[in-house]
Amino acid sequence: MENQNLNLLDRALGLDGPSEPWPLSGRVVLIEDCVETSGSFVLHQLVKRSLSPTSSNVIIFVAFANPFSHYDRILRKLGCNLVTQRDNKRFIFFDMLMLRCPDVDEGKSSEGGLVLLYEKILKTICGLPGDKKDYVTIMIDDISLVEVAANGGSDYVLDFLHYCHALTSEFDCSLITLNHEDIYSSMERPTLILQMEYLADILIKAEPLSTGLATDVHGQLTVLNKGTSHRLGRSGNKIHNFHYKLYVVLWRKKLVISIDKGYSSEKRSFRRTYHVNGRLGFWNLNTLCVTHLLNG
Amino acid sequence: MKAAQTPHKKEVPCVFGRPPQLPITKIIRLSAALLARHRRCSTPTAALSLPPRVCSLRPESLSCRLSTIYSWHFTGKTKLCSVDAAMATTKPRLSSFSRNLSAVSSSQTPGVKCGPNGTMFVSSGIADLDKILGGGFPLGSLVMVMEDAEAPHHMLLLRNFMSQGLVHGQPLLYASPSKDPRGFLGTLPSPASLKHDKSRDRESEQEKGLRIAWQYKKYMGENQPNFDSHRDNKQDYCNEFDLRKPLERHYFTRQRVNCVGIQDSKNLAALQEHCASFLAQHQRNDGSCALAGRIAIQSLCAPQCEHSNMDWEMLSFIKSLKGMVRSSNAVVVITFPPSLLSLSSTKRWQHMADTLLSVAAIPDEDKELAKLLSGYQDMVGLLNVHKVARLNTQVPFILEATTFSIKLQKRRFLVLECLNQAPVDGSSGSSYGTSGSCSGSSKAGTLDF
Repeated sequence: MENQNLNLLDRALGLDGPSEPWPLSGRVVLIEDCVETSGSFVLHQLVKRSLSPTSSNVIIFVAFANPFSHYDRILRKLGCNLVTQRDNKRFIFFDMLMLRCPDVDEGKSSEGGLVLLYEKILKTICGLPGDKKDYVTIMIDDISLVEVAANGGSDYVLDFLHYCHALTSEFDCSLITLNHEDIYSSMERPTLILQMEYLADILIKAEPLSTGLATDVHGQLTVLNKGTSHRLGRSGNKIHNFHYKLYVVLWRKKLVISIDKGYSSEKRSFRRTYHVNGRLGFWNLNTLCVTHLLNG
Repeated sequence: MKAAQTPHKKEVPCVFGRPPQLPITKIIRLSAALLARHRRCSTPTAALSLPPRVCSLRPESLSCRLSTIYSWHFTGKTKLCSVDAAMATTKPRLSSFSRNLSAVSSSQTPGVKCGPNGTMFVSSGIADLDKILGGGFPLGSLVMVMEDAEAPHHMLLLRNFMSQGLVHGQPLLYASPSKDPRGFLGTLPSPASLKHDKSRDRESEQEKGLRIAWQYKKYMGENQPNFDSHRDNKQDYCNEFDLRKPLERHYFTRQRVNCVGIQDSKNLAALQEHCASFLAQHQRNDGSCALAGRIAIQSLCAPQCEHSNMDWEMLSFIKSLKGMVRSSNAVVVITFPPSLLSLSSTKRWQHMADTLLSVAAIPDEDKELAKLLSGYQDMVGLLNVHKVARLNTQVPFILEATTFSIKLQKRRFLVLECLNQAPVDGSSGSSYGTSGSCSGSSKAGTLDF
């Protein structure tokens, strides 16, 4: 069952191997998206993978964009019950929707709010039982909203991110963040996004198709996996480029992300041929069964 | 029409087809009578074709002789069911897909209807826009409309939105940078008289008359169940507004409409307080939905307001507003002119919106556009749908087209239509340019051969 639900995205991220040790531990993942294509589905997929029964991950989810009910509903369709995971202390949700650093004292308070947030995260990690401490994943939904909460103090946001990054080496936890790339594309010196891209081990970009609107493809996904020495001696960058479509299977009430392989001409030199054994994603409509095949 | 074949050897009476005017209860009674008549035969079977949402008769107890009987189906939410039924071999599981939307939406408060993933919709005031967005504006969402500096088309959207709320008795909070926000209420349109509605109804009913399921392509392509098939409820949910007739004054009672001027206040704190107190009255409990509320904020970053150059202040206001509205039964519509904000600020605002629309003006006498698009003379402007709200779901809503033309029918009624290419003139031999999904600047280059 597990094999059937894996798809290209999981393989690109290296999640197709054994769940322990968690392949993403100690790594920083940055998800970039834009107005036309939202990248939050990658975040949901990662939540689902982290909370799979075979792994013993703990997720600290810092949400600035949506309330808990939103994620709960989505993950329920993916087959993961966040309420029980929250009760089992595997999913810790920080609702930051109303966080607003008061700007009475511009300098201190913005920083103050983020420092408190960091301390909260640190306290939560330290408060975990010993065995779970090794497999913590920190997810931040929407760095751009962290900036808004800090009243534009991107320096404070950067400091906060650097501190969180330090946690990845200290506690071997993984850091997954979502940011909107098109906000920074018009800036002269977008320090925040450049630094985040530099720090990230895995960079996932969701973009619309260059050809425009399509009914059966939602967008294209580029995964850049900067190799590290962890992975069995494999090094070197791997770039994968996919077209993706998200849909809901009404029959089984399950969302399956089917990611077809797309064509990317400019990245051809880096791309490895990807042989697939057949189905990587399938959707059912009652008795109809359509399988998506991949061809190099 | 209803046809009852005389039972032959196998004694199977068939009733198939359902004329739209005949109510379901009559069909059931008739079929029961037929069954009673054939009770004597050993295999009392009757082949019935019913819209799958009628589940009072268990289909398993009836054996279907002709699988094509299930090809008679009806519009609306039954589409998905009937495709399954037609494609399945023997036992159609009709009841597994039926959604009891009829039961839920009709008894609820008027003006609110249920949508997928536990969301509830309110109408935007424009029936075409509701259809485009898949039901309307979901409660708890933030809608942003990007204005065009050249034409005030966003006011049309805002007016219809506000009128719809007032007609349904939904409380309204209106904020505007003008000196007298209350004066704007005098320009709100009134619901059109019934005469016009009936004629529109009849023509749309004719096209939805009989449909045969051999056209599988139509239903395979659509994966969104259609929610507004209830003809009788449609009048209540979304009204047709006559832009020439002003709304009657009795709708503007004090407790329903609150107008706030944002020009004079130093920052957005006062507006935020107003919104907070308004939304506190519409808190979402897990129980039934009380009254939905609407907030309309016009031209939030208008230059005459003092806060217009405080980028982060405005962003933080929108963020807190979004946070508050998520947990309440209200919809917030904010219009803003993107040309007055920096590019990155504009992108931030766009990202914060759940539903993002933009209006564009079209020049009056553009010959090229007149050649490319049909009905150009009637067009008032263009509406672009950039983002559709995805509350509680991660599946984006795929639109058939993103650009629509805003037209005024008989100079009174606002309609949105897909862009259609004008018939190509044989002699000119050019212009294979625009298609329905072109983006706002539809000045596509003509192909010269």
